[in-house]
Amino acid sequence: MLNNVYIIGAGETKFGELWDKSLRNLAVEAGLKAIENAGIYSRDIDAIYGANGLAGTINEQENIGALIADFSGLSTEGIPALRVEASTASGAAAVREAYLSIKSGEYDLVVVGGVEKMTDIHGSGILEKMSSILDREWEAFFGATPAAMAALIARKYMNDFNVEKEALSMFSVNDHLNASKNPDAQYRNKLTVQQAMDSIPVADPLNMMDCSPVSDGAAAIVLASENFVKKNKKEGVKILSSAVAEDYLSVGSRESIYTLKSTRLAAEKAFKKAGIKRDDISFMEVHDSFSIYGLLELEDLGFAEKGKAKNLVYDDIKLNGRLPVNPSGGLKAKGDPYGAVGIGQVVDAYKQLMEKAGERQIKHARYALLHNMAGTGASSVVHILGE
Amino acid sequence: MTELSRIWRETEYRYNLIGFKCNNCGESYFPPRDICPHCHRESIGKMEKVKFSGNGEILSYTTVHDAPPAFKRQVPYLLALVKLDEGPVITAQIVDCDPDDVNIGKKVHMAFRKIREDGTNGVIEYGYKFKLD
Repeated sequence: MLNNVYIIGAGETKFGELWDKSLRNLAVEAGLKAIENAGIYSRDIDAIYGANGLAGTINEQENIGALIADFSGLSTEGIPALRVEASTASGAAAVREAYLSIKSGEYDLVVVGGVEKMTDIHGSGILEKMSSILDREWEAFFGATPAAMAALIARKYMNDFNVEKEALSMFSVNDHLNASKNPDAQYRNKLTVQQAMDSIPVADPLNMMDCSPVSDGAAAIVLASENFVKKNKKEGVKILSSAVAEDYLSVGSRESIYTLKSTRLAAEKAFKKAGIKRDDISFMEVHDSFSIYGLLELEDLGFAEKGKAKNLVYDDIKLNGRLPVNPSGGLKAKGDPYGAVGIGQVVDAYKQLMEKAGERQIKHARYALLHNMAGTGASSVVHILGE
Repeated sequence: MTELSRIWRETEYRYNLIGFKCNNCGESYFPPRDICPHCHRESIGKMEKVKFSGNGEILSYTTVHDAPPAFKRQVPYLLALVKLDEGPVITAQIVDCDPDDVNIGKKVHMAFRKIREDGTNGVIEYGYKFKLD
């Protein structure tokens, strides 16, 4: 039996427009919180994995691994520090790389941090950078933005399955309600379905309240081997499984424009490896950068048939529902700092499973499913945590 | 500012709607790709340039209100997924029409248009857009 991997500490910054904080400020703040929370010492850390999506273009800073290690005060220790990039799924991709490094027996203690500093570019210029998560030469070049691609998917989906706009808005309403209970969330205001429907158009049928915001933020976790946990008498949450899958980069190349095949494949692998059933899941965090993706993800993760997610969005996904979705507030309301999202999901799930989620605590939370997605669905990473 | 060569090397495909056909399975592709995702190594050396008719239909569409700086002057504009008669689905703008006439399933054909400007001093980039039949 190979080493089991545990999350033994977690920390994050507030997500939002954090003008007084730089890329490195954010990364260090989250990292130190996680290390403090885990009660470990820098001398014990075998490696650091840093997740980031766009610092090269937004902040004109590459070499993120070294930056994080240096300003976390770890440069004297010579600890390996690498950046993992998988667009908006960089966070979960880094968690997976760290998980594999422990699983292989190479490392016992690894810190994984994700950071994105997106408000360092003025006005609509950020949209140009954000559109690099698409196919630059054949989608973005012709005027596509992440919201426009999501809107193209949404229009066809609503048309083919007779889904009303209200079903999409309900996903955002749920996010905002949950975020109102999360002190780290970017938007803590409650949203009515009417406010969501009446917000200004971005790319119809999607309007502002269907779209995740531009966010700054960082999140970090500490992963440890079973040996380390036992030897140091640590408490933690077990990573039951980790899976990743790919699809075509462009929406138009895919077999079906409203099927997230990468999500479907990653979920199948993750459930098989975890040895649990969908009914066992206590709650999920899903990558709803746009409300339409929330619905598609409920379907492609295997919780509803194609076109039927609309039946879950009114009651089931609520905090006290049958299948709570995005208790953290999700990407819409907790925020969407690209490289930090996937790790922020782990931070929140860790709190839930350790029964430290405060006002938004889900009763008897046992198993969590986390879904982090790159671009319009080119890559998906699924983790199942629990026990 | 974008280097001219980056735009120049794609002009053949963008100006003429040229993609690739796999002569192993017969499937057509756009954008251009060197390997057929179905035939893998069987397609090596068998991918051939093909000029598409430019005819197709709207698979889905949206009106974009929030755009990057290079498209600011065009807002609001219609963006669509166009399914070409030869099979590939491409992302392109729909122009020269009343937005109310645009719908899923409408037939369209290619038009050569200005796509974007690289700032006030950069090159003007051209390529395909689509018009209603």
